[in-house]
Amino acid sequence: MKKKYSIFSLIKNAFSYHENWEKAWKDPTPKKEYDAVIVGGGGHGLATAYYLAKKHNMKNIAVVEKGWIGGGNTGRNTTIIRSNYLWDASAGLYDHALKIWEGLSQELNYNVMFSQRGVMNLAHNLQDVRDLKRRTHANRLNGIDAVYLSTEEVKKFCPIINTSPDIRYPVLGGTLQRRAGTARHDAVAWGYARGADEMGVDIIQNCEVKGIKRNGDAVEGLETTKGFIKTKKIGVVAAGHSSVIANMAGIRLPLESKPLQALVSEPVKPIIDTVVMSNAVHAYVSQSDKGELVIGAGTDDYVSYSQKGSHDIVEGTLNAILELYPIFSRMRMLRQWGGIVDICPDASPIISKTMIKGLYFNCGWGTGGFKATPGSGDLFAHTIANDEPHKLNAAFNLNRFVSGDLVDEHGAAAVAH
Amino acid sequence: MFVISCPYCGEREQSEFKAGGEAHIERPKQPTELSDDEWAEYLFMRKNIKGIQYERWNHAHGCRKWFNMVRDTSNDEIKAVYKMGEKPPSV
Amino acid sequence: MSTNSRLKTSKFIDETSRISFKFNNKTYYGFKGDTLASALLANDVHLVGRSFKYHRPRGIMTAGSEEPNAIVQINDGTAVTEPNVRATEVEIYEGLEASSQNCWPSVNFDIGGINNLLSPLLPAGFYYKTFMWPASFWEKYEYFIRKSAGLGKSPTQPDPDIYEHQYIHCDVLVIGAGISGIMAAKTAAKNGLKTLLVDEKPILGGNTIYKDNEDTSINNQTPSKWISDQINELEKLDNLEIKKRTSVAAYHGYNYLLARENLTDHLPIHERKNKIRQRLLKIRAKKVITSTGALERPLVFNNNDRPGILLASALKRYSDLFGVACGKKNVLFTNNDSAYETALSFINKGIKIEAIIDIRENPNSKLVKKIEENQIKIFKGYTVVDTSGYKRINKVSIMQLSKDGQKVVGNKIEIPCDCLGMSGGWTPAVHLFTQSGGKLSFREEDQVFIPKIYTSKQISLGSCNGDFSLDSIIKNIPGQLKQFFEINSTEFDNLDIESNEDLSKRNIWLLPSDKIFGKTKPFVDYQNDATAKDIKLALREGFRSIEHVKRYTTTGMGTDQGKLGNMHALGIIADTAGVKMGELGTTTFRPPYTPLTFGTIVGRNVGEYFDIFRKTPMHDWHEQNKAEFENVGQWKRAWYYPKNNENMHQAVQRESKAARDSAGILDASTLGKIDIQGTDASEFLNRVYTNAWSKLAIGKCRYGLMLNEDGMVYDDGVTTRLDENHYIMTTTTGGAANVLGKLEDYLQTEWPELDVYLTSVTDHYATASVCGPNSKKILQKIIPDLDLSDDNFPHMSFKNAKIDGVKCRIMRISFTGEHSYEINIPASYGKSLWEKCMEAGKEYNITPYGTETMHLLRAEKGFIIVGQDTDATLTPIDLQMDWIVSKKKYDFIGKRSLYRSDTIKEDRKQLVGLLTDDPNEVLEEGAQIVADANKKPIEMLGHVTSSYYSPNLNKSIALGVVRGGKKMLGQKLIIPMENKNINVTVSDPVFLDKENKRLNA
Repeated sequence: MKKKYSIFSLIKNAFSYHENWEKAWKDPTPKKEYDAVIVGGGGHGLATAYYLAKKHNMKNIAVVEKGWIGGGNTGRNTTIIRSNYLWDASAGLYDHALKIWEGLSQELNYNVMFSQRGVMNLAHNLQDVRDLKRRTHANRLNGIDAVYLSTEEVKKFCPIINTSPDIRYPVLGGTLQRRAGTARHDAVAWGYARGADEMGVDIIQNCEVKGIKRNGDAVEGLETTKGFIKTKKIGVVAAGHSSVIANMAGIRLPLESKPLQALVSEPVKPIIDTVVMSNAVHAYVSQSDKGELVIGAGTDDYVSYSQKGSHDIVEGTLNAILELYPIFSRMRMLRQWGGIVDICPDASPIISKTMIKGLYFNCGWGTGGFKATPGSGDLFAHTIANDEPHKLNAAFNLNRFVSGDLVDEHGAAAVAH
Repeated sequence: MFVISCPYCGEREQSEFKAGGEAHIERPKQPTELSDDEWAEYLFMRKNIKGIQYERWNHAHGCRKWFNMVRDTSNDEIKAVYKMGEKPPSV
Repeated sequence: MSTNSRLKTSKFIDETSRISFKFNNKTYYGFKGDTLASALLANDVHLVGRSFKYHRPRGIMTAGSEEPNAIVQINDGTAVTEPNVRATEVEIYEGLEASSQNCWPSVNFDIGGINNLLSPLLPAGFYYKTFMWPASFWEKYEYFIRKSAGLGKSPTQPDPDIYEHQYIHCDVLVIGAGISGIMAAKTAAKNGLKTLLVDEKPILGGNTIYKDNEDTSINNQTPSKWISDQINELEKLDNLEIKKRTSVAAYHGYNYLLARENLTDHLPIHERKNKIRQRLLKIRAKKVITSTGALERPLVFNNNDRPGILLASALKRYSDLFGVACGKKNVLFTNNDSAYETALSFINKGIKIEAIIDIRENPNSKLVKKIEENQIKIFKGYTVVDTSGYKRINKVSIMQLSKDGQKVVGNKIEIPCDCLGMSGGWTPAVHLFTQSGGKLSFREEDQVFIPKIYTSKQISLGSCNGDFSLDSIIKNIPGQLKQFFEINSTEFDNLDIESNEDLSKRNIWLLPSDKIFGKTKPFVDYQNDATAKDIKLALREGFRSIEHVKRYTTTGMGTDQGKLGNMHALGIIADTAGVKMGELGTTTFRPPYTPLTFGTIVGRNVGEYFDIFRKTPMHDWHEQNKAEFENVGQWKRAWYYPKNNENMHQAVQRESKAARDSAGILDASTLGKIDIQGTDASEFLNRVYTNAWSKLAIGKCRYGLMLNEDGMVYDDGVTTRLDENHYIMTTTTGGAANVLGKLEDYLQTEWPELDVYLTSVTDHYATASVCGPNSKKILQKIIPDLDLSDDNFPHMSFKNAKIDGVKCRIMRISFTGEHSYEINIPASYGKSLWEKCMEAGKEYNITPYGTETMHLLRAEKGFIIVGQDTDATLTPIDLQMDWIVSKKKYDFIGKRSLYRSDTIKEDRKQLVGLLTDDPNEVLEEGAQIVADANKKPIEMLGHVTSSYYSPNLNKSIALGVVRGGKKMLGQKLIIPMENKNINVTVSDPVFLDKENKRLNA
C-alpha cells in the first residue's frame, strides 16, 4: 500500500526535508507475459489499466508507453471538461466521465484539481442559437445541467466578453454548464499511474511498440523496443498514433491525424473565472490556476505527426480572442505548442473491439478527449475485460462506419440559407 | 507554414492551399456492386500514414487546380508534387 | 535626485537629456538610453519584485530578455498598461510609470512573504498531495490559490494602439547583430544578397560594442571601435535592411520566421499617437543566419536569489554601457574567466571589488593574473555557501570546496558586500535553432548543447554555435560564411586578432553548502521558485524524464521559459540520476522566444476588420429603409424591415401577409451562383444531384438536392438550363464556396473526362425575388414587352430579357409557394433594379421582406432549409423527398450510402409537420420531441427544426424531425419544456396550398 497523501503527510515529511517520499510509480522491466497490455500511457491508457485492475481484478497487466507517461495529448490539451453533448450516446459517455471527475481526486488520493467553474458556449448567429437551444433541451432531458443564457446573462457570468451588438459577430446568447470546468492535466496521468502502480500494474516507459503479432485472427503479443511481450489482449490507446499501431495489426481505421495547437499567455491575476468557447468565432479560453490564459486553436487540414501546426491557425485564433476580449490585446503569448489529434469522420470516438480477437481500440477522440479520460478508461476496461462493450460505449463501435449509424456531433455545424 | 510548389503556378504560401486527404483512393466505378464493408473502406478508412504519404492538395486561393503531393508526415517535408492523373513518383 | 550609482563614463547614455519616471509611485530620474533596470540601479534601487510562490524579494538579475525577476507592471490603471514587463527591456521615457507585481500591500512589505516561512510545507507538487479534503472545498482552496498566483494584472480596457503585419522575402535573414551577425550581414549584403539584419536591442554590436579592454584588439583597434566602424559601413549598404528593437519570436519550417518589431514603446506616450506600436514581420528567408549569442549562466547555491545578486556579465553591461555601478562593495563569484572581464572593467572604472570567489582550484590565465596584480583578493577553490540580506544582499559566506566539489571544508569566511556578480559560464542561445527542427549535440568539455543537424538552409554562428571567444569567432566565421554562401573570400579573411581569453571552466551544477541540503534554498528557476531540492524531490518520487521534472517542479515554465535555469535543471537531474546529459536531452524549446503581444499577432484584423463584410448591391437601400440585418456566413442579409416601432414579430407578420396577399420582394443576391458550361454539363449534373437532368429542356428550371458521399443532404437549389451546354446553378448562401469546391474536386479528380467548366458568378449578379399574386403585374410594368402568360413563361422556366437595355435573366421559380419571379441583373444595376421594382410595385403595396419572413413563407409550404431543417444526419428519404431521388440513375454522389443497413431503416428521424393543440402556442426551435414525457429515462424522438406563427393560416406551424415520423401522421406527441409540456399533432409538412394553386395565381 502506498502512503496516503494529505496535509498531514506533507507536514510529517517536512520534518525530514521531504527526503522520504516514496516513488509515485515504479520503473519495472517488462515481464514475459501479461493478461493484457495497454498501448499508450496517456490519461486514457493509464485510466484503462487502473480500472482493469480495480474493477475487473486484472492485476497482471502492463501499460507500455513510447515516451513518458502523460506526454502526448494528455499533457498538451487545454483541459476543458464538459458533458453538454447533443446526442444521447455522447451525453451518456461524457456525463459518465464527468461524474467520475467529481470524485476523482478523492478516489485517486491525488489532487487533479477538477474545478467546476462552468463552461459557456456562445452563439453568434441565428443557427447557432437554434443549435445551442436544441442541445440545451436535449441536455436537460438527459439530466445534464445545461442552461441557455441570453446575451445579458452571458455578460453577467463573464463580464469581460465583448457583448456589444456592434461587433462583427455579436454574441446572441449562449449555454452554460456549471458542473463543467477544467482539471490539471498532468495530475490526471500521474494520479492514475500512481493508483494503477499500487494495484500492481507495470507502467513501462520508453517502450515503443514495433509490431503486433497475430495468430490468424487473434493477437499473440507485441514486439517492443524492450523485447517481445506475450499477451492475449491488447488495448490500444495511442491517440494520434492509433493508425500507426492499426497498420501494424493490418487493419485500417477511419482516422486522420492532424495538428492541433494551443497556447498560453503570461500569467496574470484572475481575470476570467470560467471557460468560454465559441464555435462560430473560433476561440476558447480559460485561465489556469497559475494565471495563464489557456487558449485553444483549431486543427490544420492536413495529416501530420510533426507536432507542429501552421501559424495561420494561431493567428486566426487570436483574431477571434481579440474580437471577443479586446482587453487582451496587450497580453502576451508565452508559449505555443502542437499535438496530434486523431479525428473520426463523425467527430466521435471509437471504443471498440475489432475484427481481430483480443485487439481493442480506444481512439478518435479528436480535439476533445481529455474530458472523457476517466469515463473512457472505465468503459474501455469493461470492453477489454468482458470482450463486450458497456452499454455506454456500445454506440462507439467501429461498425458504425459500415452501417452508417454515426454519432455525428459536428453534424449540427449548419449551413444557413 | 509550408512553401508549396503548385505544378501549375510554382511556389506559393501554404495559406493559398487546402489539403484534401489521402490520394489515389479512386471512387468506385460501380458503387452498387459493393458490400457495405467495401463501401465503408472507400468512404471512411484511411491509411493515415506516419511517414511518406501521397495526398491531395488544392490551390484553392490560386488556380483552383487539384494536384498530388508526396510528403513526409513525420516532419512535414514535401518530397514531390505532381498533377492529377500522373503516375506517382517513387520517393 | 539621487543618481548616486552613475559613473560618468558611458558614451551610450545621453546625459543631457534627463528623463523622469515613477517606480512604485516614487519619482526617479534617468537618461535617454537607459532601460528601466539601468535607471533603477543608477538610483540604487535593487528590490523590484516578489517571486511567484514564496514571495521572496527579488531584484534585477540580468540585462536582457532572459530576466526572470525584475518584471513589472507598466502604466497601471491606464489603457496602455502591460503586465510582466521586463525592466531590463523597457527603455525609459518621460512619464513612464512602473510598479512591482505580485505583492501586497507593497514590495517592501508583502503579506505573501509568509509563504517563505511556510516553504517547508510547499515543496514541488505539494498541491497534488493536499487540498483534497473535504472534497467540496477544492474550489474554496482554489480561490485563494488563484488569487495568490498570477503575476501582473491583465489590462481591463481595450487597447488604443495599432499593430500591423509586414511580409518580408529576403535572401538572407541574420538574427542578432553581435559581432558574428555583423560580419555575416555585411558579407551577405556585399555579395549582392538582399539581407535583413535584426536585433532585439536598440543598439547594435552585442557585447562587443562595449568591449574595450586594452589587451584585446581586432586589427589593432579595440573591439568596440572596430565593430562600431563596421556598423557605420553596414548602415550604408543598399541591399541591407537593419531592424533594431526587433526580436525573432518563432522559427518555423521552410524558413518561415516571425519577428516582432517594437516601434513606439520607447517613446513618450504623447508621441505615440497614430503610430504603429508593434509590427509582426512574417519573414520568408532563403537562408537564415542565427547569431543569437549566448546567455550567461547563474550559479546554483544556497540563497542565490537575493536583490543585489546579478550575472557578472550584466554587471559589466551596466557599468560599460549604461555607466552604472550596481554596487559599492562588489563580490564576484565564478567558475570561469568571464567574471574577470567584469572585474577588469570595474578596476578601470574605479568600482570597488571586495573579493572574487572562483570555484576553480587554480585559475591562472593572463586575465586572472592581471586582476591579481591589481590587489584583488581571489579565493580559489572556494564557493559561496550562503548569502544574507533580506531586501538586498549584505554578506556572502564562503567555504573551501572539497576536491570532488561535492562538499565544503574548512572555515567559513564572511564577506560583507552589497552586490554579488555570478558567472556559471555560457549557454548558447539555441532556441530558434531547435524551433526550426534542428538537432543538438552535447559538448562534454564545457557542458553545452550546440547545433548539430540542420533541417533547413541555415547556419549558427558565434557563441550560439559554441564559439565563445572573440578569437575563435574571428577565426571561424569567414570560413563558415564562405561555405554557406558558396563564395571564395570575405573581407574578414585575414583579420588580425589579439586576445588572451581563456575558456577553462569548472562545472558544478549544484554547489554544496555547509547547511543540511533540506534547509538550503538553491534556486534553479527564480521566477517560479523552483529549487534544486524540488528537482531532487521529483526524481525521488519517480519522475525521470526532463519533461516530467519540468512539469512537476514548474522549472522553466516562468515568463523567461527557463532561459537561465534549464541547463542547471538538466545538470542536476543528470548528476542525481547518474545519466549523461547528452542522453538526457533537453526540453522542447517552444515558440515564442520572447513573449509576443496578442495585438501584434493579430495586427490589423481587429474590430471591423476581424472578418470581411459581404454586402449585396442593394445593401444601402436596406440600410436606408431601416432593415435589421442577420449575419449569414460573411454576408449581411436583411432580416426584417421594422416599420413604426414594430418589433420583429410584428414586422414579420406584416411582411408575410403582404407577400401572400399582394406582393413582396426579397433580396436573394447572396445565394451562390455557379455557371456551368461544357458538352458534358448535363451528365455532370446527373452525377452531382440526386435527380435526373438530361431531359431538362432549354429554358427550364429544376430543383436539385445534393448529397455528401455519405448520403446525407449537403445543399440544394434551383438550376436552370440556359442553353444546350450551359446551366446556372444556385446554392445556399452559406454553402456556395463549399459546393463549388466540392464540384471542382469531383470534376478534376474523379471525372476529368467530362467537358465541364465551373465559374462562380455569385458576385456578378444581383437578384431580386418578386412574389405574390401581383408579382406578374409588377414585372409586366418593368418589362412590358415580355410575354408573361403561363403558356409562354410557365412556372419553373426562364427568360432572357432587358430592363432599360440591361440584359437580365428572369426565372419563374418560387420558394414561397406564390407566383414568383427571380430577376438576375449584373450586380452594378442591382440597386436600380430594386428601386424600379419598388416603384412599379407601389400601387400593389409591394413589401420588402427579409430572411425571417422568407423562412416563414417557405415553412408554410413545407420547403426545407438545408442547415436548419437538416443537420448532416438526414437523407432525402428522411426528408420525405423520395420523389427527388432518381431510381433510374446508376449512380450519383451519395447514392450508395442510401442503402446501408442503417440508412435503410424505417424508423430513422424523418421530417414532419407539427401542429400545436393550442394554435397560438409557437414552439421553440430546437425543442425536443417525445412520445411519453413521464418515461425514465426519457426517450427523445427528434426536435423542432423550424417554428413560426403563420399569419396566413392564423395558427402556429412547425417542422421537425421525428423518429419514425413518416408513419405518425395524426399522432399526438409532446414537447417537454422546462415548465410545461406542449401537446402537438404530427402533420404533413405542407401546411398551405397543398395543390400548388397559388403558383399560377
